[in-house]
Amino acid sequence: MSALLTVNDLKVSFNTEDGVVHAVEGVSYEVEPGKTLGIVGESGSGKTVGTLTIMGLTRAANTQISGQAIFDGEDLLSASEQQMRAIRGDEIAMIFQDPLSSLHPFFTIGAQLVEAIRVHNKVSKAAARTRSAELLTMVGLSDARDRLSSYPHEFSGGMRQRVMIAMALANEPRLLIADEPTTALDVTVQAQILELIAELQAETGTAMIIITHDLGVVAEVADEIAVMYAGRIVEQASAAELFANPQHPYTRGLLASIPRLDRDRSSGLDPIAGRPPSLIAPPSGCAFHPRCPRAFDRCPAELPPLEPAAAGSEHLVACLLSPEERSVKQ
Amino acid sequence: MIRYILRRLLWVVFLLFAVSFITFVIFYLLPSADPAALRAGRQPNPALVASIRHQLGLDQPWYVQYGRYMKNLIFHFDFGFSYQNGVPVRQLIFSRLPASISLAAGAAFLWLVVGIGVGIIAAVRPRTKLDRASMGLALVGISAPVYWLGLVALYLFSSDIGLIPILPGANSYVPLSEDPFAWFTSLIMPWCVLAVSFAAFYSRLLRGNLTEVLNEDYIRTARAKGLSERRVVFRHGLRSAITPIVTIFGLDLGILLGGAILTETVFNIPGIGRLSYSSIVRSDLPVIQGTVLLGAFFIVFANLFVDIFYAFLDPRVRYE
Repeated sequence: MSALLTVNDLKVSFNTEDGVVHAVEGVSYEVEPGKTLGIVGESGSGKTVGTLTIMGLTRAANTQISGQAIFDGEDLLSASEQQMRAIRGDEIAMIFQDPLSSLHPFFTIGAQLVEAIRVHNKVSKAAARTRSAELLTMVGLSDARDRLSSYPHEFSGGMRQRVMIAMALANEPRLLIADEPTTALDVTVQAQILELIAELQAETGTAMIIITHDLGVVAEVADEIAVMYAGRIVEQASAAELFANPQHPYTRGLLASIPRLDRDRSSGLDPIAGRPPSLIAPPSGCAFHPRCPRAFDRCPAELPPLEPAAAGSEHLVACLLSPEERSVKQ
Repeated sequence: MIRYILRRLLWVVFLLFAVSFITFVIFYLLPSADPAALRAGRQPNPALVASIRHQLGLDQPWYVQYGRYMKNLIFHFDFGFSYQNGVPVRQLIFSRLPASISLAAGAAFLWLVVGIGVGIIAAVRPRTKLDRASMGLALVGISAPVYWLGLVALYLFSSDIGLIPILPGANSYVPLSEDPFAWFTSLIMPWCVLAVSFAAFYSRLLRGNLTEVLNEDYIRTARAKGLSERRVVFRHGLRSAITPIVTIFGLDLGILLGGAILTETVFNIPGIGRLSYSSIVRSDLPVIQGTVLLGAFFIVFANLFVDIFYAFLDPRVRYE
């Protein structure tokens, strides 16, 4: 099956007063129709900037963008703003992190949904309103008709995120980008929202990129996972493979820092030491080396390429350790 | 909402009472010229001054005078008579009000259009030359005193003393009811001069608000929907950024309706501002009282309207 979205060597940097921020440093991945790619990384790893750039939302005088993002045979990075407007919200839609700040506080839910529908479809207001009510019912809100005249502040966090999902799915997009869709929600609501997203995805057959810092989230919904660090993908594999056989010391660190019920409590958690690197002056060589427990003399000097973990494998990793060394338990 | 408005109206009554009382007390506590002596003319004899004093009721204790003033005001809507020429204060105020309203309304229209326009242009092109130039100019506009601007404008454009005599100068005000065209041309300069600092302030305020709003998450959502940039800025951005402007506009207009003293004086426009200025110079208490009460009335009502209007602008605001 051919990919719906192919990202090739995407680079994004911003000029700021403090220097050039290299937010994304050559990222490549594919998303197939109906599949879910999880992009995992700490804040500042470039995961959000990368997808916003694909949507054409980072274009500005102080931004440099290079590479390709082929969607349906067309390069989104070189498309005109007008072409991008036709694609945004129609072919590719987004769900954002904080549903309170992502909905306009002065407009009713109905007005915001109707607007999303009518940008891309020539339908009457009444028809768009009917469709909006259907969408709200679809995302599990009762009394959808009445809810249309409510304002965002009258809803709970979970309900607001359901509205955001309804708005994103309004025009049946082929690709849905969910940027930390559950981070701002209560833990119990998080599970419901993830379930809802997975359900709707199965129904509509839309492809999805889910961005998160939470490996638990991607474990539930992603088919393929890419782990990002300092603007680069450091490991990429199918979800099952990545959890069963993590290769990169950073991925292992992420897994070790998740609390687990099946582990002895006295063993404690293993947080990754140090802080995320500066994107203005990133560490030389492998950007993770200052925090890596397995770093050796080559790490500060050489930039590891993203290569198959073993010959012929689809599991990719960017680490200078040999496959044998990587599999040794720390 | 109704209960809220009623409660606020009670406050308005109380505030106006307090304002009238304080004005009265200040007038009697602070040193000022003797109104009776001023009225008596160039060569007053003590008997004449005493008779005028008695005639104006100035020989009674201040609280008796205040009580009589308030009684007439409340029961007959009577503001008393000018100490200076015996004309009823109500008549003085109502004859001056149209000029002040003309000046304030025209200037307000001008500064809203210019201030909002410049603010939007600067906000959508942040850090460009256009942005920096307009904001720099705005800073000059805010800093320039209105009387100085007025004199410069007269010196440049007025038909009598101007370098480029294209507009009627000071003392040319004609009521709208007499000659609409002359009314309009005579007010062009005062409108512009009065509007400068407001337009400058509003444009800077709107630029700040709008730049901030355009970085909000919900603006990113609007863009992600595929809306045109025009719709993003005007419908989603401006809707939020304009709210504080509405508040300030209500208050500014309220203050100006009570008289723009400096502008009216420079251009010699017979409005409330000049009336209050001349009444202060002549220790003409009834006129001072009248203009102060009128100003206070406009300000407290502007406040009330702004607060009520806010509930319609921002659905999150609800008054109990």
